[in-house]
Amino acid sequence: MTLSEQFPILVVILPMFVAPLLAMLASRGQLPWLIATATSALTFAIAITLTAEVLQSGTIEYILGDWPVPFGIGLTIGPLSAMMLMIISGASTVALVAGRESMNAEVGSVHQSLLYSCWLLALTGLLGIAATGDAFNIFVFMEISSLASYVMVANGPNRQALTASFKYLVTGTLGATFYLVGVGYLYMMTGTLNIADMAQRLGEVSDTLPIFIAAGFVMLGLALKAALFPMHAWMPNAYQFAPTPVAIFFAACSTKVALFVMLRFEYVLFLPNLGQQATFLSSLLIPLCVGGFLVGSAVAIFERDLKRMLGYSSVAQLAYIVLGISLASGAGVTAAMIHFFNHALIKAALFVAVAGMIIRFGSSSLDQLAGVGKRMPLTVLGFVLAGVSLIGVPLTAGFISKWYLIQAVLNEGGLGIVLTALILVSSLMAVVYIWKVVEVAYFKEPADGQEGTARQEAPLPLLVVLWVLVAANFWFGIDPSLPIGLATQEASSLMGGMQ
Amino acid sequence: MTLLGLYNYWIYILLLVVGLYAVLVKSNYVKRMIGLGIFQSAVFLLFITMDKVEGGTGPIMRGIPDPDQLFSNPLPQVLILTAIVVGIAVTALGLALAIRIREEYGTIEESEIRRQDHES
Repeated sequence: MTLSEQFPILVVILPMFVAPLLAMLASRGQLPWLIATATSALTFAIAITLTAEVLQSGTIEYILGDWPVPFGIGLTIGPLSAMMLMIISGASTVALVAGRESMNAEVGSVHQSLLYSCWLLALTGLLGIAATGDAFNIFVFMEISSLASYVMVANGPNRQALTASFKYLVTGTLGATFYLVGVGYLYMMTGTLNIADMAQRLGEVSDTLPIFIAAGFVMLGLALKAALFPMHAWMPNAYQFAPTPVAIFFAACSTKVALFVMLRFEYVLFLPNLGQQATFLSSLLIPLCVGGFLVGSAVAIFERDLKRMLGYSSVAQLAYIVLGISLASGAGVTAAMIHFFNHALIKAALFVAVAGMIIRFGSSSLDQLAGVGKRMPLTVLGFVLAGVSLIGVPLTAGFISKWYLIQAVLNEGGLGIVLTALILVSSLMAVVYIWKVVEVAYFKEPADGQEGTARQEAPLPLLVVLWVLVAANFWFGIDPSLPIGLATQEASSLMGGMQ
Repeated sequence: MTLLGLYNYWIYILLLVVGLYAVLVKSNYVKRMIGLGIFQSAVFLLFITMDKVEGGTGPIMRGIPDPDQLFSNPLPQVLILTAIVVGIAVTALGLALAIRIREEYGTIEESEIRRQDHES
């Protein structure tokens, strides 16, 4: 038995074991940050190894405690799970490295080691959801990550962080409980909690009313968790008032995990076993997605706070992912998975740049950031380039996402043309809100009382992370073989199950 | 199954709706937490009800069991034990937040908090 055989479980429990140590450490220096970052980087390294293994030899099955599935809990790491593990641990590492100064500025040193402890618990929960193959296990991991997230959001510098966290707690708990109800109905009909086992047994009870109700509850719960329009109100609030590093971490991965669960439930369990599900899915979700990306982009145009603007932009971007899922086609689900990856790169870069501006200006309000482009040119240039990727200009990762999504949408005939037009409208609105930042940053004179145009770049680690992310945005825009390879591998196995 | 035979399921739906109503409509944060508690209890009841096997006893092994003896399903009970723990953690955290909110705003009424945020 070698250590690498244990990687699937190690990636999940490593942060879980370090978290209580950090809580007990109660150190006020930079040690908690160092330990958390090292742990996070180690999980990232393991996730990359796992991805390489999945690419080479297919899905990894891991049995916990030697209890054979379906009696014990099994971990299933397929291509999409591997991609999610990489996104989550990568986002966490990036946010920790770039966010040290912001954390020092925004959170008192007394609370930092506890906050990093919560951070690792949230990381465990998110990674666990991606790795597990058990429906109830997903609920437990979801609650581990959510409870830790509520605490992290509540630690924001402003008192509004408390109410934002409370709203997040209420919505999150409602979502998780709805999901649990759905799992209850599935368990009633199949007598199993293992997703692969459930998929086999559902064949005997396909098209029954309880399964239909289960689909409704699971989808409702996950839509709440994923901040799908019109249930998104908690998200921009939570992003705005959370400590900035926390916002970087969550923006890149936390709602995507709910969408990942949604995708798996739909394609493994519901679509193959409910005759009408494809129609229901598209007739219900497509209007919500269109509403999501139009309203999200439109509100982003009028927001004056950068973090909040990016929160609404996420509402729009996640709607693209859900649109891909709701098409119930191989091309659609591939597009959704590619955007999982690319959106994480884009949003992480944007939020890191904003974190840099907040460190120097103490605010993310556009009214205070006039002339920021002259004072921190490298940071703002990074923001603009990531914004270009968000809009979907060729040679960037965002373009690959849009390209695949529009191709998938165009397969749908007449409806597809309308949807394509709407996606383009939403992209144009993204041009407007990114331009709004460019205008304030480069073409407005700094407000009175600020010391001229002295250059004051963001701290070096943050700049390095930002430019690595920006480079990744271009790298995966020119050579997107990694996300596309993983996505098509997963899509073919998912669509194979549907026939 | 008669209408009355489904008694537990009716109660589950009732609790679910009552809890949801309180969470969505009430402006007081503590009342909302109470609603959330009721909402979660509804789900506990659903799971506990479904594990009952007609004519089955508690799933406890004493010696070698009679092969004809039916047992209720222990698995949902274990699941709900976990879910109850999660529920307690959520309630505790929610109430802790309510205390912190009261320290900062001097109130836990959402309408009043909104007014204060608007003014500042």
